[in-house]
Amino acid sequence: MELFLQQVLNGLTLGSIYGLVALGLTLVYGILHVPNFAHGALYMVGAYVSYFGMVELGLNYWVAMVMAAAAVAFISVVCERLVFHPLRHAPPIHDKIAAIGILLFLEAVVQMFFGADFRRLPTPYNDIYHFMGVTLPAQRVLIICAAFALMGALHLYLKKTMTGSTIVAMAQNREGAFLVGIDANRVAMMTFAIAGALAAVAASLFAPINLVYPAMGHLVLLKAFVIIILGGMGSIPGAIIGGLIIGFAEALGGFYVSSEYKDVMAFVLLVVILSIRPTGLFTKGVR
Amino acid sequence: MNRVIDFFLGSTMRWLLLALAIAFPLITDNEYHIYVMALAFIWAIAVYGLNIITGYCGQLNLAHGGFFAMGAYTVAILTVDHAWPFWPAFVAAGVFGAVAGALVGLVSLRLKEHYFAIFTLCVGFIIYLMIDKWDELTHGSLGIINIAPPEGFGLVDFTETVPFYYLVLAFLALAVWMTRRISESLLGRTFRAVRISDDLAQSLGINLMRNKLLAFVISTVYAAFAGGLYAGVVRFIGPEEANFIHTFDMIAYLLVGGIGTLLGPIVGTLLVTWLTQAVQSLEEYRMIVFGPLLVLLVIFFPRGLIGSFLGWRGRRLGRQHHERATAESRAAGDTGKDQNPSDGKRSTDGARDNA
Repeated sequence: MELFLQQVLNGLTLGSIYGLVALGLTLVYGILHVPNFAHGALYMVGAYVSYFGMVELGLNYWVAMVMAAAAVAFISVVCERLVFHPLRHAPPIHDKIAAIGILLFLEAVVQMFFGADFRRLPTPYNDIYHFMGVTLPAQRVLIICAAFALMGALHLYLKKTMTGSTIVAMAQNREGAFLVGIDANRVAMMTFAIAGALAAVAASLFAPINLVYPAMGHLVLLKAFVIIILGGMGSIPGAIIGGLIIGFAEALGGFYVSSEYKDVMAFVLLVVILSIRPTGLFTKGVR
Repeated sequence: MNRVIDFFLGSTMRWLLLALAIAFPLITDNEYHIYVMALAFIWAIAVYGLNIITGYCGQLNLAHGGFFAMGAYTVAILTVDHAWPFWPAFVAAGVFGAVAGALVGLVSLRLKEHYFAIFTLCVGFIIYLMIDKWDELTHGSLGIINIAPPEGFGLVDFTETVPFYYLVLAFLALAVWMTRRISESLLGRTFRAVRISDDLAQSLGINLMRNKLLAFVISTVYAAFAGGLYAGVVRFIGPEEANFIHTFDMIAYLLVGGIGTLLGPIVGTLLVTWLTQAVQSLEEYRMIVFGPLLVLLVIFFPRGLIGSFLGWRGRRLGRQHHERATAESRAAGDTGKDQNPSDGKRSTDGARDNA
């Protein structure tokens, strides 16, 4: 039972990180209908900015995280302005190829400055708590709390503020949003900034228990895609629930089935689900 | 002038290119250059496959590098672990590529656009993970060494660079010829109809699933054969062959040359390969240049070199046709004669793209 609870905790940790990354991806998809393949690279850059802030500049963990969020939000907005905006009327294949171009560019730049070595982000939270026989490392507890706090804040922002509502309106009905005078450029930039910041925070939270290296974004990005397909592209609750499903599948599958193949779990799940329901799990009706 | 342009697109040009390729080892005695050229030809074969599913049929397949690696591993495993000779293993690679392509295609082609791209991205990653983790079958991250070279049956020795170059060239010529046959047949037109619009194609009575699946299987067979040749020339392969970066390289070659054109894949592959060779110190960081280059290409020249050339030629012919038609109608107006419609028909036939 303790082992099971331990895996549930691990699943919750993974799920909240994946959920944060998938939220950014799904927001961008909802607005621009672009699957942003560069999102994994933004996640990776976020981890490196935090690393740079903490190790090279000696900043506090939280200050470094805020710095990473700001820097990645900026990069994300620049990508939107320079790449996705000019391509908004192009055939869908072009956006995808351009996004892959950004992904490989960011990776190569990071590799030029930091090399391909694996690094570890230090964290001030090294305590380990015990509760009902379950080991609770402080960083994992922090990840879960911070991720859910952020999701809650995002929910409030989208539902309760005017600017947040413009994003939701645009995702629901593009033409309708234009009709009531919503500025598409502003909404697109804001969405990209939020998506970038979420990715950077997720990376900074997760990096202390994982490692920092140029290809760290690949798996996370692919899993985030699996999540948003599961949850329905563009759906915000879908991204959170999908994140938790994948997190639990990976933790429990890795423990009870095979730890060697735990990274394949998410993709096998995707293949199975899409074979049965080509439109995803939580989507209603046809596309 | 039109005759000069048509010369570059006609069959004479293709024979000239082939003759140049045959003469290449005689012109240069730098064996390294011949080796680089042979490798570029192998990639070009795979890019021709990608061109069929992505260029003609319009489905962005991001698992292409995975199928390339599958072909390479089929040859490697059969020749090293099961002591098969190269040629049967090579044929097996093609068969395996077709079977794997059909299985993946059956599931993935039910999905459209973004879903298809994301799904194939995941398939590519599963292939990579399988190769990396399945130690008993693929030797895991150690890779496979001492892969058998193609047998020359006592006539030629394919471990030497120059004979291998000609072997690869023969396969490339076959690939180009096949692509041309497909592109000019009803099948090629069907693929293009699917690319333009699923609904349109369906309303013309095209069976979407069957045609997409056919395009997908053809493309994976190209990739698997290219992978088999790669294993035969490099004779050492590792899980990195399935890395996503190779799929990206192939997309870049295709875009530079011209997506959905006959000569685009070879032009793009050779150009980018030699540019990379020219700045060899950049190898590790080539993506710093290629990434933004790709973005710029997609924004400003989405049709690539050959595609832009064809577009320019089409506009030119259209303008000439228009000028002639107005001149004719003016003349017809003067003499009161009816305009001859067959003239216009002839010049549009001439404008049909055959590059």
